[in-house]
Amino acid sequence: MSTTLAYPPPSSGAPPRNYLNASYLVRSWLLTRDHKRIAILYLFSVTFFFLIGSAGAVLMRIALMSPNGGFLQTETYNKLFTMHGVMMIFFFLIPAVPASLGNFLVPLMVGARDLAFPRLNLLSWYLFILGGGMVLAAMATGGVDTGWTFYTPYSSVYSNTNVIVTILGVFVAGFSSILTGLNFVVTIHAMRAPGLNWMRLPLFIWSTYATSIIIILGTPVVAITLSLVAIERAFHLGIFDPARGGDPILFQHLFWFYSHPAVYIMVLPAMGVVSEIIAVFSRKRIFGYSAIAFSSVAIAVIGFLVWGHHMFVAGESAYVGVVFSGLSFVVGIPSAVKVFNWTATLYKGSISGQTPMLYALGFIGLFTIGGLTGLFLATLGIDVHVHDTYFVIAHFHYIMVGGTVMAFMGGLHYWWPKMTGRLYPETWGKVSAIIVFLGFNLTFFPQFFLGYLGMPRRYHYYPPEFTALNVMSSAGASILGVGYLLPLCYLLWSLKFGAKAPANPWGAPGLEWKTASPPPTENFDVTPVVTEEAYTFHLDQEAQ
Amino acid sequence: MSHGNSPERLAKDDGGHAHQFDDASQQRNAAILGMWTFLCTEVLFFGAVFVAYTVYRYRYPHAFYLGATRLKFWYGAVNTAVLLCSSLTMALAVHAAAAGRRRSTVRFLIFTMILGVTFLCIKALEYHAEWEDGLVPHYHFNAAQFTAPPGPSQIVPAPDYAANVELFFCFYFIMTGLHALHMVVGIGIMAILVAMALRGRFSARYYTPVEVSGLYWHFVDIVWVFLFPLLYLLIQFD
Amino acid sequence: MNTEFQLFPDQASVNAAHVDALVFFMLGVSLFFIVLIAGLILYFGLRYRRKPQDAKIIPPPPKSHLGLEVAWIVIPSLLTVVMFVWGTRIYIRQARAPSDAMEIYVVGKQWMWKIQHPEGRREINELHVPVGRPIKLTITSEDVIHDFGIPAFRLKKDAVPGRYTTEWFQATRVGQYHLFCDQYCGVQHAGMTGTIYVMEPAKYEAWLSGSIPEEPPAQAGQKLFASLGCATCHSSQAPTMAGLYMSQVNILDRWGRPATAIADNNYLRSCILDPRAKVVVGYQGNLMPSFDGRLSEEQLVQIIAYIKSLQFRAAPSQAASPPPTQPLSPSTQPSPLLGK
Repeated sequence: MSTTLAYPPPSSGAPPRNYLNASYLVRSWLLTRDHKRIAILYLFSVTFFFLIGSAGAVLMRIALMSPNGGFLQTETYNKLFTMHGVMMIFFFLIPAVPASLGNFLVPLMVGARDLAFPRLNLLSWYLFILGGGMVLAAMATGGVDTGWTFYTPYSSVYSNTNVIVTILGVFVAGFSSILTGLNFVVTIHAMRAPGLNWMRLPLFIWSTYATSIIIILGTPVVAITLSLVAIERAFHLGIFDPARGGDPILFQHLFWFYSHPAVYIMVLPAMGVVSEIIAVFSRKRIFGYSAIAFSSVAIAVIGFLVWGHHMFVAGESAYVGVVFSGLSFVVGIPSAVKVFNWTATLYKGSISGQTPMLYALGFIGLFTIGGLTGLFLATLGIDVHVHDTYFVIAHFHYIMVGGTVMAFMGGLHYWWPKMTGRLYPETWGKVSAIIVFLGFNLTFFPQFFLGYLGMPRRYHYYPPEFTALNVMSSAGASILGVGYLLPLCYLLWSLKFGAKAPANPWGAPGLEWKTASPPPTENFDVTPVVTEEAYTFHLDQEAQ
Repeated sequence: MSHGNSPERLAKDDGGHAHQFDDASQQRNAAILGMWTFLCTEVLFFGAVFVAYTVYRYRYPHAFYLGATRLKFWYGAVNTAVLLCSSLTMALAVHAAAAGRRRSTVRFLIFTMILGVTFLCIKALEYHAEWEDGLVPHYHFNAAQFTAPPGPSQIVPAPDYAANVELFFCFYFIMTGLHALHMVVGIGIMAILVAMALRGRFSARYYTPVEVSGLYWHFVDIVWVFLFPLLYLLIQFD
Repeated sequence: MNTEFQLFPDQASVNAAHVDALVFFMLGVSLFFIVLIAGLILYFGLRYRRKPQDAKIIPPPPKSHLGLEVAWIVIPSLLTVVMFVWGTRIYIRQARAPSDAMEIYVVGKQWMWKIQHPEGRREINELHVPVGRPIKLTITSEDVIHDFGIPAFRLKKDAVPGRYTTEWFQATRVGQYHLFCDQYCGVQHAGMTGTIYVMEPAKYEAWLSGSIPEEPPAQAGQKLFASLGCATCHSSQAPTMAGLYMSQVNILDRWGRPATAIADNNYLRSCILDPRAKVVVGYQGNLMPSFDGRLSEEQLVQIIAYIKSLQFRAAPSQAASPPPTQPLSPSTQPSPLLGK
C-alpha cells in the first residue's frame, strides 16, 4: 500500500505549507531544529568549503603546468596543498553526504518526524562553521604548510606556520562530525517506524549507520592526537619530538588509526546513495540486498584494522607490514561485492539514463578503477615504489572525486525535487555529468603514470620530463571545473525558475517519496507503517 | 494532531516527550543510547592518550618509574576515595530522582558537586606542589634532580633520563588535566540539574537528564580509576 | 638520466624487474575487471533501457543467487591472495640486505642528502655506486622525516630522526637515475633531489680514488673514539669493541631481564645514546654516560663505522680482564630493576 501522506492542497490555491516556507525569518533558519533546514544549511556550507578547496586545486594545477613551479612561490604552493587537503577532507568529503543528504533523509527514510536530538544537530552545524572559520582564519593570516597529515616533528617543531589554529579548527569540526554520527546511530536504532525492521531499511540507511559507527569510534582518536601536536607546539613539550625522547612514528600510528577509517566515512555514504539511485533507475530491488548491507558494516569494522598500510616505508618491521597488507586486501573484498551487486541489478531492469543514474554509473566505473589501484597500494612490493607519489594521489582522487563527489552530485540531483520542490533542467544535468566524467579522467588518469615514473607528491617543481603528463592533468582540471560550475548555476537557477516538482517524480519507493516535495516540517502527518521490503515498486508510484 | 507548522515549537505532549518521539519511553531510550554512544567516543578519546603513554612507559621504564616516585601518592589516593564517594552520591541522586523525591535529589546532587570540587581542590594543591618541586615540563622543570648521584635505594640515573622523565610528566599533566576538564563540565551539568530539580522539572516519570548525567559522571570516575594505577601505582609494578 | 618524455620508468635494479612483473600481472587483472564491469554496465544499460512504452512496466524483482555471490567473493579473494603473496615475497626479500652488501651511510637534513662511502668519499645529493653489487644504505635524518627514494630501483625508505632505517639494492644498468625526497619535509622538499650514478666497477674504483682523498669514516671514527674518551673504559673495564659488530651479545633489557641482541647499527647507536637501554651482562654497575646531543649524526656514523672495522680483529690480550664483580656505585643493594 502506498498512500500519499502529503498535506491536502489548501482550497485557496496558495502553495502548501512546507519546511521551506514555514517561516522566512532569518532567525527561523539560524535557530532551526528542523533536520531538513539544518541539511540545507550544511549543503550551502559544504559547497562553500568545496569552492575554497577547489580554488586551491586550481591554483596548484596552473602552477604545475610548468616544471619550475609557475607563478607561485614554493611557500605558497606548500600552503595551498595543505589547505586543499584540510578543506576537502574535513570540511567537504566527510560532512557532504552525511550532513547534507543524510540529515535531510535519515528521519524521512525511517519514518520519523526528526532526528533524535534536533538541538544537538543544530549545535553540530555551528561547530562546523566555527571550525571552518578557524581554519579560514589560519589561512588568511599566513596559512599552514604541514600537509593535511601534520607529520611530526615537522608540524610540532619545525614549521613556522599557523599549525595550532588549524588543528583547533579541525578539532572543532571533528566534534561536529561526532554529534552527527551520534544522532544518526540513536535515530536509526530507536526511532524506526512500526514494521521497519533492519532488513527492510533502505541501503542508504545501512551505509549511513556504518559510517556513523566509524565516526564515533575513529574521530576522537584523531582529535586527541592532533591536540597533542598542538599542545606540544604551544607548550614546548616533546611528545613526538625524537630529540626529546618522543616518537614520530607513534604519531603516524595514532593519526592513521582515524584517517584510514575516515576514507570509509567519505565513501560509504556515497555507496549508499548509489544503491538508492541504481535501484530506482533500474526499477528493480538491488541484487543482493543483504550482501550490500553487511558489506557496509564489514567495511566499517575491517577498515579499523588496516591503518599501517600508510606506513610500509616508515621504518617499521617488515612483519608489521605483512599483517597490514593482508588485512588491506581483505577490506577490498566487500567493496568488490558491492560493485558486482550493483552491476547485476541492471540485468533485466528497466534502465533510465537520467542525470542521477549517469552519476551513479560513473561512480561504479571510477570507483572500480580507484579500488583496483588500491590493491596495487596494498601490495607491499609495489607500494614501496609508489608510496608518496602521484600514483597515490590518482588512487584517492578516483575514489574521492570519481567516487564520492560523483555520488554526491547524483544524490543531489536525485533528491533535489524532494528537497527544493523544483525540478532541475535535465539536459543540462546530463551534459554536466558527461563533462565531469571526461574532465575527471583526463585530470587524474595521467597521474597514475606520473606516480609510477616516480614523481613525488607535494612537489612544487619537478624534472622537465614530467611536463607533458602534468599539462594533460591540468587541462583535464579545467574541464572538470566547468563540469562543477554548471550544476552550481543551473541548480541555483532552478530554485526560482525550475518546474514545480511532484511528490514522486521518479516513481520511487521509499518513505521519503510518500510525502510532499518539499516535505512539511513534521515530515509525516501520521507515522507511517511499513509492511513491505525496501525497493518494492508499485505501478501507482510511476513518475508523473 | 497538528502542532502548527513552526519548526521551532517544541511540542510537548501530555506524556512529556519532545515532538520527534512517539512516546516518553522512546525518548528515554534514545537519551540513554545517546549517552552511551557519547561515552564510547570518550573511551576512544582517552584511550588514545593511554596508548601513547603505555608505549612510552614500555620504552622508558626507568625514567617513568622515577617520575612516578615523585608523584604525591596520598593526594592521588585521597582523590580516588573522594571520587568513588561522589559516584555513590550520584547514584543516590539518580535513585532519588527515580523515586520522585525532589529534595533528596537536590541534596545528593549537591553532595556530588561538593565532592567533585574537593577533588579539584586537592588536584590544584597537587599541581602546586609539583610546580614547587620543579616537575612541570618546560616551564618549571628541574632536570638536575634527575641527574644527581643516586641515594641508597634508588636506581642509578643517567643524564638522558631527564628528557624521558619530563615526558612522563607531560603525560601526567595532560591526562589528569583532561580528566579534570571533564570533571568541571560534569560539575557544571550538575549545577544545571540542581536548578532544574528545584524548578520541579523531574518526576518519577521523567528524570532522564539525571540518569544520563549519572552515566557521564560514573564514566569520569572510571577514567580516574584507570589513571590512578597507571600513573601513581606504577612504582609497585616492578 | 633520461630527460625525454617516457611513459614507463627505467628498470635499473634487480628489484625493479620483480616489481614490474607483478605490476603487469595486476594490470592485466585490473584491465580484465574494468572491461568487464564497464562492458556490462554499457551493455545492460543499452539492452534494458527504458523505452516510452515501458513506462508502466515494473521488472520482476531479482532472484537471489547464492552461487553467484559466493563466486564473486571467492574468485577475487583468490586473486588477491596471489597478489598478496607475490608482493610480500618481494618486500621480505628487500627487508634484509645480503651480508656482503657494501654499506653506505645516508644522512638527510633539510634540504639535502649527505652520503658517506665506507672508503671515505663523501657526497652531497649524489650517490655513486658500482653496478652488479648489493649496496646497503643506512639512513637517518638530522631533523624531520625525509625519504630516500629511487624510482629506477623501485625503492624508497623514510629517513627518520632518532633511528636508522635501511634499504638495499643491486643495480643492473649503468646510468644516471633520479633521487627524490619522498616525504614532505618543509619548504624546499621539491628541491631535495639528486642523482644516482651507477657505474662500471672499474670506473667506480677510479671515481673512489679520484679527486681529493677524504678520510674514511672508520678512520674518523677511531679518532673520535679516542678523543671522546671511549677508549679509556672500553679498553679495560667496559665491554671490548673487538669482534663486537654483528655478534650476539647477552644483555639485560630495560626491565632488567636477560635477553640476547645482535650488535648491529641500531644496537650500537642505542648504546651510545641511551646506555641504560641494553646493559651487557656482567657490566650492570656501568657508568657509561649518554652521548645524546653531544654527537652529530655523521659523527655517530663514523664511530659505528670504526667499531664495524674491528669486527674481525682479535681481542687485545688486556680484554681478558674479567668484568668488575661489584658495582661501582655507592649502592650495595641491587636495585629491583637491574638484574635479580
